[in-house]
Amino acid sequence: MADQATILRMQGITKDFSGVRALDDVSLEVARGEVHAICGENGAGKSTLMKVLSGVYPHGTYTGTIELNGAEATFSDINASEAAGIVIIHQELALNPLASIAENIFLGNERAARGVINWDRTTIEAAALLAKVGLNENPSTKVYEIGVGKQQLVEIAKAMAKDVSLLILDEPTAALNDEDSDHLLDLIAGMRDHGITCILISHKLREVRRIADRVTVIRDGHTIETIDMSSPDATEARIIKAMVGRELNNLFPPHQPTIGEEKFRVEDWTAHHPADPSRVVVDHASFSVRAGEIVGFAGLMGAGRTELAMSLFGRLYGTGISGRVYKDGEEITTATVDDAVAHGIAYVTEDRKRYGLNLIASVTTNISAVALSRFARWGVIDRNREYLSAEDYRRDMNIKTPSVSEVVGRLSGGNQQKVVLSKWLVSGPDVLILDEPTRGIDVGAKYEIYGLINALADQGKAVVMISSELPELLGMCDRIYTISEGAVTGELPRAEATQENLMYLMTMGKEAQR
Amino acid sequence: MTTQTGSTPATGSAPAAGNRRLATDLRQYGILAALVVIIGLFEVLTGGRLLMPGNVNNLIQQNSYVLILAIGMVMVIIAGHIDLSVGSAVAMIGAVAALAMSEWHLPWWLAVIVSLLVGAVVGAWQGFWVALMGIPAFIVTLAGMLLFRGLTLIFLHGGTIGGLPNEFVAIGAGWLPSWLGKVGRVDVLTLVLGLLACAALVALQLVARAGRRRLDLPVEGAASFWVKIALAVVAIMAVCWQLANYSGTPIILIILAVLVVAYSFLLNRTVFGRHVYAMGGNLFAAVMSGVKTSRVNFAIFVNMGVLAALAGVVSTARAGSAVASAGQNYELDAIAAVFIGGAAVQGGVGTVTGAVIGGLVMGVLNMGLSILSVDAAWQMAIKGLVLLLAVAFDLINKRRGGR
Repeated sequence: MADQATILRMQGITKDFSGVRALDDVSLEVARGEVHAICGENGAGKSTLMKVLSGVYPHGTYTGTIELNGAEATFSDINASEAAGIVIIHQELALNPLASIAENIFLGNERAARGVINWDRTTIEAAALLAKVGLNENPSTKVYEIGVGKQQLVEIAKAMAKDVSLLILDEPTAALNDEDSDHLLDLIAGMRDHGITCILISHKLREVRRIADRVTVIRDGHTIETIDMSSPDATEARIIKAMVGRELNNLFPPHQPTIGEEKFRVEDWTAHHPADPSRVVVDHASFSVRAGEIVGFAGLMGAGRTELAMSLFGRLYGTGISGRVYKDGEEITTATVDDAVAHGIAYVTEDRKRYGLNLIASVTTNISAVALSRFARWGVIDRNREYLSAEDYRRDMNIKTPSVSEVVGRLSGGNQQKVVLSKWLVSGPDVLILDEPTRGIDVGAKYEIYGLINALADQGKAVVMISSELPELLGMCDRIYTISEGAVTGELPRAEATQENLMYLMTMGKEAQR
Repeated sequence: MTTQTGSTPATGSAPAAGNRRLATDLRQYGILAALVVIIGLFEVLTGGRLLMPGNVNNLIQQNSYVLILAIGMVMVIIAGHIDLSVGSAVAMIGAVAALAMSEWHLPWWLAVIVSLLVGAVVGAWQGFWVALMGIPAFIVTLAGMLLFRGLTLIFLHGGTIGGLPNEFVAIGAGWLPSWLGKVGRVDVLTLVLGLLACAALVALQLVARAGRRRLDLPVEGAASFWVKIALAVVAIMAVCWQLANYSGTPIILIILAVLVVAYSFLLNRTVFGRHVYAMGGNLFAAVMSGVKTSRVNFAIFVNMGVLAALAGVVSTARAGSAVASAGQNYELDAIAAVFIGGAAVQGGVGTVTGAVIGGLVMGVLNMGLSILSVDAAWQMAIKGLVLLLAVAFDLINKRRGGR
């Protein structure tokens, strides 16, 4: 009996991985034309559920039933689910940067006759799809020439080229700035006009609240509840409670700072783009941090926050760098990573998988990587001491891993982040620069990381925290700098900072200064 | 600063961790098991001829230069590079060594030192382009392969230099003298050296075990610990017994043993070794952790050059003369040995012992097939398939383990 209002009904889905139950009797019902959000902590089973739905785990490797448009669907692989109109857009974009937008849109789905591509048709149809997603770019532009936000739109155009009826978006705004996010969210909200139903996987409850019609919360492989967002009690607090199974009265742990002397000061820091030395990326930036203080850096994506940090830390970024750095009132040089580490500076990268960790090595090896010489004499490593130190950090940081010999790539995002933090703490820094320390990790792990950051500040360390999430900065920092187009455009103590005035300085900053 | 749940995951999932450790152990010992199976297979097929004393001796002497090259190559590959030039470098340095003795009339030991220095220069040349100029090693060493082969031809004027001193020839084809005499036909020194090696192995293992126990670290179960040691001792003594029944201890075996121990130590226990693995595992993360990548890369290539020079000395000594065609395809044998030994194509994974075992797998195949009078063309084809299957097996295993 076909039910026109329901496009997808998954019932009693159970999936085991060699004895570990990832999904246990999960059910999901998605109404035609709605935006249906799926929320849950990392490891709750969201991705597994979507892989079951899209045929990555073929029919027969799970129990339970999938009904699509009222008929039972038994996908043998991802091609079968795409033929049925289901398309997933993953968090990591799968575009070929060297190919054009049009080529990417029709990759694997070419506009061709007998294997010969019809380029006119390709270009015309690509242009039409770009208009639909509101992307004003020439279809022949190479993908590497456009920003991440626009690339995300190309992904959606690609999905629409496949006659998608059910579009699954996995953390679509994870790498986008607020402006691009807004545009994308508007686009998703308007998908039903194109006859497309969306499933949105997101950690950002603000987004969910804004565009989702209904939210299904999954926790530990179980469906907890489906919340209708139009009902009056559908608050963020309720979703969080369902996700973590406990009341999070405070998203941020309480903290009473003890602020001491000035620890770290940067004056007139300037850096240029490595490929284009005429372009100023960091523009005469000056700031300071005191012992025990947590200082935030707010700025939109591309404002130069990471570039500022990386050019300071061993000149890992940029050319034509100038400026002065002071530690405890004395001028120091940080021209190499070794210099920076020797002066007690640590930089925890925003991209832990790419820059932070050796994913195929053990927890122990990763934790000792920066300060290996502490465990070595005459260049020979004392592996027992190394192991004991890793054990200490596992306990202190509450890294959830079967053992410290486990390969880091197998840990969850939150635990990987704790490993990156530990790795830098071994070097005994007193100035910590944390770049997006909670990116892509779940609510519970975030809370733990916040607690760790507070504890580090209480030990008298100076903490610089770079974040895209304004509530996080407002909840954690004693003082917040704003940065825009590479320049520091404002400085606000916590008491005076609000999302509105920060955003003003982040977007209007340079003009406001003049 | 911590929550109270710290100890639960560790104790809660102890059996899972045990299973996983068993799985990695199996993967690690898989290649060793493959070697044992291949030896057993050929021992049966050849009617017991494979492991006769003379053949055991030849297995070591014939494969020594590939094993030496594999030891250097495994570091190159772990760091994420490749070196295609080692075969040509072997030929060129063999020519230099022969020239040094026959034209410049240097004593043999000085010729060896000059050869190793030339090897270091070869490595520094390639290291300069790879580490400092950032040219991919594939291109640099492909160029080196042509360059050094051409120089070999120039040095030798297309001919052969023979008549090398006996002391030099002994490096590749000689044995330690029977200082301790013989009992019947059995060389006592070889057995004593074998016993010393076993004693050293047991002592080192026991010291490491005691150290871990003192610090309350997890130690391996006593049964598996002693079984492993017993197997190793039996293997060492069996090889020594066969060698003692032939001509005694090949000089090259001593060199190889020192290299295996030294380079295993270098890779596993030193900061330098850790940096090699870190660069292969994630180059960006290594840079951001303060690893001086160009310095490490440079050192890796200089080291490869010196080991290629040693292989050149050994192969020239064994051949008794320097010829322009020496070292042909050695780079491919060394690379195959490293990959059969479990190294990853993307870098970051590999061991010295794995590479040596991989080299022995190839060596046993060669010898077994030769004893069976299998055509050389078929030998080559079979070796190709073995390389493919070994790597495929490893990847499939990893994929399953990665779930």
